[in-house]
Amino acid sequence: MAREIAYMDAIREALREEMARDPHVFVLGEDVGVYGGAFGITKGLYEEFGEYRCLDTPISESCIIGVSVGASLRGYRPVAEMQFGDFITCGFDQIVNQAATLRYRYGGRVSCPIVVRAPVGGNVAGGLYHSQNPESWFVHRPGLKVVAPSTPWDAKGLLKAAIRDDNPVIYLEHKYLYRRAKGPVPEGDEIVPIGQAAVRREGGDITLVTYGAMALPSLEAADRLAKEGVEVEVIDLRTLSPWDKAAVFASLDKTNRLLVVHEDVKTLGLGAEISAVIMEEKFDVLDAPVMRVTYPDSHCPFSHVLEQANLPNADKIVDAIRRLAAY
Amino acid sequence: MPSIKRHKFKLTTEQLQEMLYWLKLIRAFDERLSILVRQGRVRSGVYSSIGQEAIVVGTCFGLQKDDYIAPLHRDLGTFLMKGVSPGVMMAQMYARATGLSKGRDSALHSGVPELGIFGNTSMLGANTPVAAGIALTYKLEQRDNVVLAYFGEGAANTGDVHEAMNFAGVHKLPVVFICENNVYSYSMPIEKSMAIEDVAVRAEGYGFDGVAINGNDVLAVYQATQGAIARARAGDGPTLIECKTYRWHGHSEHDPAFYRSDEELAMWKSRDPLPTFTTYLRARDVLTDELLLEIETRVRREIDEAVAFAEDSPHPDPSEAATDLYA
Repeated sequence: MAREIAYMDAIREALREEMARDPHVFVLGEDVGVYGGAFGITKGLYEEFGEYRCLDTPISESCIIGVSVGASLRGYRPVAEMQFGDFITCGFDQIVNQAATLRYRYGGRVSCPIVVRAPVGGNVAGGLYHSQNPESWFVHRPGLKVVAPSTPWDAKGLLKAAIRDDNPVIYLEHKYLYRRAKGPVPEGDEIVPIGQAAVRREGGDITLVTYGAMALPSLEAADRLAKEGVEVEVIDLRTLSPWDKAAVFASLDKTNRLLVVHEDVKTLGLGAEISAVIMEEKFDVLDAPVMRVTYPDSHCPFSHVLEQANLPNADKIVDAIRRLAAY
Repeated sequence: MPSIKRHKFKLTTEQLQEMLYWLKLIRAFDERLSILVRQGRVRSGVYSSIGQEAIVVGTCFGLQKDDYIAPLHRDLGTFLMKGVSPGVMMAQMYARATGLSKGRDSALHSGVPELGIFGNTSMLGANTPVAAGIALTYKLEQRDNVVLAYFGEGAANTGDVHEAMNFAGVHKLPVVFICENNVYSYSMPIEKSMAIEDVAVRAEGYGFDGVAINGNDVLAVYQATQGAIARARAGDGPTLIECKTYRWHGHSEHDPAFYRSDEELAMWKSRDPLPTFTTYLRARDVLTDELLLEIETRVRREIDEAVAFAEDSPHPDPSEAATDLYA
């Protein structure tokens, strides 16, 4: 049975169910215990599972990830919370050098089943250090998986999949969606497999590939353009590494035109990679150049006026699609 | 520094003889590696522990199989003492398919979970949070196992070592932190890298005891470690043991170490841990000429066999260059 719940509640539900299912799953991070997390994601878990399964840590991101790696070597499945995705840089070495390489340098004899949850993204008046989108750094690193749900359903199903996955998974939860995204979420064990995109809206004219909070303005733009007779197929990647090439290719075969929309900055964002792969493998089906609507190569400013100038929105996406359709 | 006579953990004649065997084996292994590098047969990744063997032997001697070690880059002998065969270790240095990492990386960048060995990255000190994570699981399971976490006086200045010691102190984790103070972090003498004489005093800042000992005295190291291990097993938390020692070779075999004086090196060579120990054993009638010859013959044979095993081992197959990235 599916009920309507918020994205953040879906994350908590996944944590709670996985902790109840598997005694080796535990949560650790700053203020996750008594306080219930800066965003309240872990509320109630301390009371239900005790201090050491919902562990408050010092402000030591590198140690949080390193401890997770160590626990994973003894059969645990830690879920580490970075209070803000921006702070993940303080644990960067333990993620990219320790966790990501472990299996490779152990000759395949171990795995590293940790999840790093990171609240990411802007449009929340967060300024430079509470708004960032770090996905490309981790997509770029072999040995990691990266997921970025846009709906409550996926928030729950992907977190369950991430916890059960035997590899380090970076789970990017978008802060803008915490309360704003409400929708049906199944009770119980519905898994959203890592590596599978979802077609959010079917259409035969343009393929729009996006993920995370950008799914919302993308769908809004698609609705607006439908009134003008342009049918946009919106693909929500859900998993950024490995991204679902088959789903994108299948749509592109139908539409021959591709727009990538992401909140991350443009240069070497995921759009650059998707575009390059399309050039290499699907050049012959393209009727127009691959286009992108992204954040500019800039930091995330605090001023609402400045931040809105940088953020992709439905207007910018509509404009890009018109240009793409007219090409 | 505790004197050699003040030990309370008794060692049998056989155990003392075994300690000598390990000292000799580890010295011989590193001496052979040094030659193999100069011959171009081992290409790189050799960080000699010559001069520091008493720390390896004194800390690892008497560890239980399911105790964990998280050594620093120089402690190749810890892998041997924990149960990796000299042949497999040599194959690891030769980058052969039979090495621990199947040629993916050299030296101690691999590990063996079933032997309680964690292999670190090249980021010095990054092993200590992982060690804390392993120790956390021992605490959760109320096991009486311990983790030995090693770092040099250079890595003592990293954030990871600070974060890990703080975390271990807060949770009274069963970790023994072993600081191998060999005076130089690559070319940098300790007086230029910290404003204190003894790293051991930092333990007070983490709420546990620290002690500085003579790291060239295998029995002093053994006694201090056993004392710390007993405390850890009893649930009394971590200890920091700073072992004062000296690195005879350069940072790596490619470093001519011109930054230090011949007099300084000669002074430290006069404190060679091996003759110090053999003199002690002879004085106690634990060592005869026959036994010494027997140990040296055995060591030479084992190193010869290890080199032969490595050289007879196949190179990794090129098809394995990008495998074992994901479970």
